[in-house]
Amino acid sequence: MPGLAKTIKGLWSLIVGLGVTGVEFFRPQLTVHYPRKEVDNLATYRGHIDLVARDDDPLTPRCIVCRKCVAACPSGCIAIESRLVGAEPGGDARELSLAPGLIVTGSHAAPPPRQKIRREVAAFHLNYNLCSLCGLCVQTCPVQSLAFSREAYLCGSSRADFEFELLERLRRRAPAGGQRAA
Amino acid sequence: MGFNWLSEPRGDYYTRHFVPTPEAEGDRLILNLGPQHPSTHGVLRVVVEMDGEYIMKAEPVLGYIHRMQEKMGEVKTWRQYLPNMGRVDYLHALAWNWAYVGAVEKLAGIEVPPRAEYIRVITCELNRISSHLLWWGAYLLDLGAFTPILYAFADRERIMDILQMVTGSRLTYCYYRFGGVSADLGEGFIQATRDFLKQFKTRIPMFHDLVTGNMILRGRCEQIGVLPLEMARRYGATGPVLRGSGLAYDTRRAEPYSVYPSLDFQVPVGVNGDAMDRYDVRLAEMTQSIAIIEQALEAMPDGPHINPDVHERLKPPAGEVYYAVEGGRGKIGVHLISDGGPRPYRVKLRSPSFCNLQLFAELAQGTLLADAVSILGSLDLVIPEIDR
Amino acid sequence: MTMTEIISHPLTKLVLGLVLILVFVGVNGLILVWMERKVVGFIQRRPGPYEVGPHGILQSLVDGVKLIAKQLVTPRGADRFLFWLAPMLSVTPVVICFLPIPFSPGLTAMDVNLGLLLILAFSGINVLALCAAGWGSNNKYALIGAARAVSQSVAYEIPLLLSVLCIAFQTGSLSLSAVAEGQSRGLLSWNLWVQPLAFVIFFISATAETNRAPFDLPEAESELTAGFHTEYSGMGFGLFFLAEYTYMIVVCSVATALFLGAHDGPFLPGPWWFVLKVYALILALMWFRWTFPRVRFDQLLNLCWKWLIPLGLANLLATALVLKLGE
Repeated sequence: MPGLAKTIKGLWSLIVGLGVTGVEFFRPQLTVHYPRKEVDNLATYRGHIDLVARDDDPLTPRCIVCRKCVAACPSGCIAIESRLVGAEPGGDARELSLAPGLIVTGSHAAPPPRQKIRREVAAFHLNYNLCSLCGLCVQTCPVQSLAFSREAYLCGSSRADFEFELLERLRRRAPAGGQRAA
Repeated sequence: MGFNWLSEPRGDYYTRHFVPTPEAEGDRLILNLGPQHPSTHGVLRVVVEMDGEYIMKAEPVLGYIHRMQEKMGEVKTWRQYLPNMGRVDYLHALAWNWAYVGAVEKLAGIEVPPRAEYIRVITCELNRISSHLLWWGAYLLDLGAFTPILYAFADRERIMDILQMVTGSRLTYCYYRFGGVSADLGEGFIQATRDFLKQFKTRIPMFHDLVTGNMILRGRCEQIGVLPLEMARRYGATGPVLRGSGLAYDTRRAEPYSVYPSLDFQVPVGVNGDAMDRYDVRLAEMTQSIAIIEQALEAMPDGPHINPDVHERLKPPAGEVYYAVEGGRGKIGVHLISDGGPRPYRVKLRSPSFCNLQLFAELAQGTLLADAVSILGSLDLVIPEIDR
Repeated sequence: MTMTEIISHPLTKLVLGLVLILVFVGVNGLILVWMERKVVGFIQRRPGPYEVGPHGILQSLVDGVKLIAKQLVTPRGADRFLFWLAPMLSVTPVVICFLPIPFSPGLTAMDVNLGLLLILAFSGINVLALCAAGWGSNNKYALIGAARAVSQSVAYEIPLLLSVLCIAFQTGSLSLSAVAEGQSRGLLSWNLWVQPLAFVIFFISATAETNRAPFDLPEAESELTAGFHTEYSGMGFGLFFLAEYTYMIVVCSVATALFLGAHDGPFLPGPWWFVLKVYALILALMWFRWTFPRVRFDQLLNLCWKWLIPLGLANLLATALVLKLGE
């Protein structure tokens, strides 16, 4: 009669299974009703990158235009436009508005480096369509000028909606009436 | 009418060149399972010749999502190739991460801090549990049980939440770096992992009650797709498919890497090599992974999570390297050839699903269509990994 | 002919009954689809339909509207006539199956003394519809599904009949009203206690006859994508869907009338009890569906030929013997 015993055991297994689903039926739901509630793990979500402002100036990014992130990116998402900025003894910024990379500082065409001249971001383009969120750019940045945003709810109807200008985003994020800190 | 599609010889290259079995008579049916079919879980296509409900011959057709992953390796720098690894097998992405990172580390002689090794073990095993959970649900979906996949996903979501804490993403992780991992584990991660393991241990008996003991499921799995060890060897099957046939070959034990030698865990094996054994092996592996994670959490030392000396523009010395890790589906191997330049000269990815799929043609021969679906599910194939 | 005569004429009653049955079938279909989705939602710990109407109660109505509005596509190479005949052939006989069902002593559309036979005969037409759908679709999956449907229905009609015959022997009538009448003296007079085996056989066979999981092989989606209705869209699919749910009510109603005391019950009026019992059985069917894996085809037929039919025969013999000895 091992066959019969096996059958009875099998039938019992069906009842056990029904018991499991029966108990689950009365347990609370796990679904998060999206528009009414949100999931609670957005704090660790890693969205597209954003520029980080300098500690003393919420309008200027820390970026030193080393372009390491551009080189690191596997998908070629990042493009940076820059300009040269030289500080006058008085402290005013004097824009040289030279085409980036055209004239090398210190060459005969450029004005002699009377004072410290540095590069500044003119525009930081991110093509989020291509980004695979690997985080290599953030890891590479020597001055921690890049950070992940928490934008989980991005949507758009065309590719152009995901081509971001990060400098603009930084300026928009800055506190209202954000002036250069004295 | 013009074009009479019924009399026109139709079908693509594969159907036209499909050779029916020699003794085939007129009333055989050539059926395309896929590329869009509910039980192939992706764009796999199997051309089958059927006599009634019996499969006379089955022939897998590959390449529907070939993405040239290997070729991409030759045009990207060593580091830029990292995110590709999460997309080969999206279910056990961290194992592929590990295989590539490990290969480059071996080639370039990069030292990995001990804490990073433990972090890798913990996250990779968590990922293995989530991969097996998804297989469990999807396999039962193939067998017509709809509910288990939702229960599996409830737990899988928690694993993804935990992994999101450190990796920032939920599926195609790109977390391991040459010489470590990209972010350190925080207290929150460790606590959440401990909580999850505690709760998950109570879930496994529930899974067994709902499914494993079920008479109908046993009828669908026992003695179905019996894979003799000799045949598994012949096809180069690895992972739970091979272990289900009774050989305790686990890369973590056979070719020890990282800190696995210092961890205490069993390698579950089956006896008959049927679908039920493969099922049992995978469920037992989840329990083993829990044990591994618990030990690793205890033993994890303090220290840096990444080796700071790795150069950004890494140029490993010219040479060849092969590095294998144990993924959810079997042995994941990465074979790299470097010419000393900034890019790999050649990348070869050994994907376990590719080898395991080849078994299907022979296993499915002479079975019922329903059994073939059960066999296909029990092999646990991830189609992007097959095509790469 | 006076007005009263017209109203009390059997033909008028039949027409009125048919119209009411059509309404009942339609409304029940909507409710059952919603109920099934809610039940599976709760079993899987999710809300089920939620957005259309309070707790998604209007969801199936909206789905119905969508199905009606969809384009009717006939696949190339299909047998146009059979292809579109099939869904209609699937739904129409169901309506007739409702005629002899005794919702309460007075609430029967047509009290035929061969009521059981009528139901069994007309529900047999459904398999013809599935066969036509599978054959007419010019689709290999549909063809396999149709072949499965036919062998499954033919096999399971036998144990179904055997279990029904036990009750017929016992009450000496094929009229459902008479069977119901015999069980109207409280819980202990229900046939379930006399014929538990027949009830189990009936219920299992009924699940298989209605192609419900775990016996939903003609439409096993992981093997045959959608089986016999692979090629149907819009209301062609909608009618098959409606027919499936209506057959569920029919078999559960018959089970209620034969085994569960029909309209018998305290406090509430008869029809309510009847509907309540029917819905309880349907709930059980849903519970099965969302718990168990699907059986394989040979296992399905083995269950029928090796277990249900011998058991049914033995049960029938025992019933006959006991009745003869008791005389």
